[in-house]
Amino acid sequence: MIIRPVTTHRIAVAALWTVTVLTIAVLLFIIAFILAQGAPHLSVEFFTSSPRSMGREGGVLPMIVGTLFVTGLAVAIAAPVGIGTAVYLTEYTRESRLTALIRFGADCLAGIPSIIFGLFGSVFFVITLGMGLSVLSGALTLAIMVLPTIIRTSEEAIRAVPRVYRDVSYGLGGTRWQMVTRVVLRSALPGIATGVVLSIGRSISETAALMLTAGSALGMPRSLLDSARTLSVHFYILSREGLSMPKAYASASVLIVAVLLINLLAYWSMRRFVAKVT
Amino acid sequence: MKLDKFIRVVLLLVALSGVSGLALMTAFIFKEGLPLMVRLGVADFIFSSQWYPSEGQFGIAPMIVGSLAVTAGAMVISLVFGLGCAILLTQFCPPRLATGVIKPCIELLAGIPSVVYGFVGVTILVPFIRDYLGGPGLSVLASSIVLGVMVLPTVTSISADALRAVPRSYREGSIALGATEWQTTHMVMLKAAMSGIVAAVILGMGRAVGETMAVIMVAGNPLAMPDSLLSPVRTLTSNIALEMSYAAGDHRKALFATGVTLFVIIMILNTIALAVSRRRARRAGL
Amino acid sequence: MPDDADNQVRKESERLMAELPHPAPEPGQPKAAAESFCAVFDDRRVLKDIDLSIYPRERLAIIGPAASGKTTFLRCLNRLNDLEGNFSHSGRILLDGRDIYDKGMDVSILRRRLGMVYAVPTPLPWSIYDNIAFGPRISGQRSRSRLNEVVESSLVSAILWDEVKDRLREPATNLSGGQQQRLCLARVLALDPEVLLLDEPCSGLDPISTAKIEDALAELKRRYSIVLVTNNTKQAARASDRTAFFLMGEVVEVGTTAQVFTNPQHQRTIDYITGHFG
Repeated sequence: MIIRPVTTHRIAVAALWTVTVLTIAVLLFIIAFILAQGAPHLSVEFFTSSPRSMGREGGVLPMIVGTLFVTGLAVAIAAPVGIGTAVYLTEYTRESRLTALIRFGADCLAGIPSIIFGLFGSVFFVITLGMGLSVLSGALTLAIMVLPTIIRTSEEAIRAVPRVYRDVSYGLGGTRWQMVTRVVLRSALPGIATGVVLSIGRSISETAALMLTAGSALGMPRSLLDSARTLSVHFYILSREGLSMPKAYASASVLIVAVLLINLLAYWSMRRFVAKVT
Repeated sequence: MKLDKFIRVVLLLVALSGVSGLALMTAFIFKEGLPLMVRLGVADFIFSSQWYPSEGQFGIAPMIVGSLAVTAGAMVISLVFGLGCAILLTQFCPPRLATGVIKPCIELLAGIPSVVYGFVGVTILVPFIRDYLGGPGLSVLASSIVLGVMVLPTVTSISADALRAVPRSYREGSIALGATEWQTTHMVMLKAAMSGIVAAVILGMGRAVGETMAVIMVAGNPLAMPDSLLSPVRTLTSNIALEMSYAAGDHRKALFATGVTLFVIIMILNTIALAVSRRRARRAGL
Repeated sequence: MPDDADNQVRKESERLMAELPHPAPEPGQPKAAAESFCAVFDDRRVLKDIDLSIYPRERLAIIGPAASGKTTFLRCLNRLNDLEGNFSHSGRILLDGRDIYDKGMDVSILRRRLGMVYAVPTPLPWSIYDNIAFGPRISGQRSRSRLNEVVESSLVSAILWDEVKDRLREPATNLSGGQQQRLCLARVLALDPEVLLLDEPCSGLDPISTAKIEDALAELKRRYSIVLVTNNTKQAARASDRTAFFLMGEVVEVGTTAQVFTNPQHQRTIDYITGHFG
């Protein structure tokens, strides 16, 4: 039996649509599943009080604070260092084997599993440098983890700025630093911002590496050397130990909404980048 | 002028600290893990299936097989669904629907935390497998499905880029010869975008190999070699995450050695992906 | 054959004479001068023993075939070639009697004294106002009223003010090619330079835009020295006071435009002007 090409075409298109719709359905299902079970348990108390009875009751305020501390500090370290490194590599040095090697290294490290960073941090920061399980250890580990990504996206954004703009700036008597800040960074900002925002998203979702470096203390972290439990770690422990399903769903809801908002932010800033360049 | 020189020095220091931080990490991992591997014999470490830390036996073969099995399964799923979405997005879908709805959805998939994936897997997928397919539910199959969905956005976006990079003339030429759009796709476009798609798959594999939390939650993590799709499994990353908190001495070094193995695997995958995409660029005459 | 060539030259020169309304420039101290200047990239000598003076309030046209060093010479005048890693030179270029390659010379200030307009319009991706104000801003001008004045006067001098005065905040990329090029001219004028360097500014522009720019230059020469590199001998004939003919990195001939076009001294000049090569 010979099947007409038109028929195979129709079958194929139907199959492709099925596959795509299924994929989107999975996404929507996951979000709906978590939010449906978790949203009813979200309350002001949830956001403002501390957990009691190992998390079976109470809220997640220390976890939110812990997440903000760890993520905030990590990005506060990684963003300037990463962007500065990218600026130095593209604007202040000539292209050479060394810069190509650094770029290759950053590319590779951007793909290394986060658990390996956790491995490093749990020995180097926690033990060797004596920081213990703490916000500081966690933040430094996360900073090294997202650094390659920030270097890479910043570098790409800077390279996308047309060479002519630099010539124009020099021609008008600008110094190198004026050219870098007023012309290059101004144009590359959306691309750089996207990289930073994505790194924030990745930090918030990170679990295993943080358990090994920031620990899982239930209390409110009051200093950089206190151990802290982030929201994703809390969620993992709640679900693994089966302590309280409602609280677990609620924590997951907060996590999902936070990460989705961040991704939306990255998406929006990326579109501005494309619009500016084209 | 003086300000410029000062800034150059500051930026140099910043760049040095950034680069040396990364180099430090790499060196540290290798320094902690490599000596043990050499002492035990690299072949023994990789091929032995005896992982009994308390007796000083460190063989990671079951974990390597576990990682390979789970990754292979994940790639099958992400290839079918991910490539399917990419083909639909670039060849068959009206552009506004594609960029406005489907693409954002797929990118949102990439944003969901891995613990949430693991949780949904444990709560819904694992009981389903246990009840309808047998076995404990915590299995290679469950891990593959969860990982496949997680890796899907990577495969989709890189494949879509590769397909979009195919010159329009190929597509138009084929249609002008009377081929249907599907014939054009599978006879012309896919072949032309093949190296990009291969790169997408390889990068997806890298992501899958490196994933930890979701797999820990749905895989079961026994110390044995998996013998079927439905048997529980432990991957390299799970091994590290589960044992690190209480490992000491040689045990800890063995976990670092596992890290070294992972590092090398990812480097190999990255290099292959780079070589593949370079070959594509050269062929396209760039 | 030689008779034909002579006839051709005579006919050309008679035609050109009719189009030349401009008087000879003032003699006296040159504004800028190259003395035995050689430009070397790696081991290639791109400019060989250039001796050329530029006088105040004149338009000096530099003509010659491609790759004869015209643009390189221009870029030596404002030391833009310093940005290429492999550039070295011998000889001097004097500006108001002082060697611009002197160790103590501030390159940024030098580049503001010699403003350059490129062959392709290069608006920065900002508003018209910001483009013009960029130069003054990086030299430290902060006063909003001063900047407004400078923007207006520069646009007036570049014969663009009437066309854009109501839309200064619009993106500069909205302008047509000819308008963008006049924008680039205004941008340079905003620095109140002393010498204008124009590198084939009208290539790719329609005749009306070309005429507007040439008109602007005719006015501007009252305040500035102008060096105009052009591939178009007819433009050199109608829009300059003196002309220098560059060939393969050397100055073959220089003199008043009338003299170079009606009574060239070298055979190669004759050949180029009559189109035997180029």
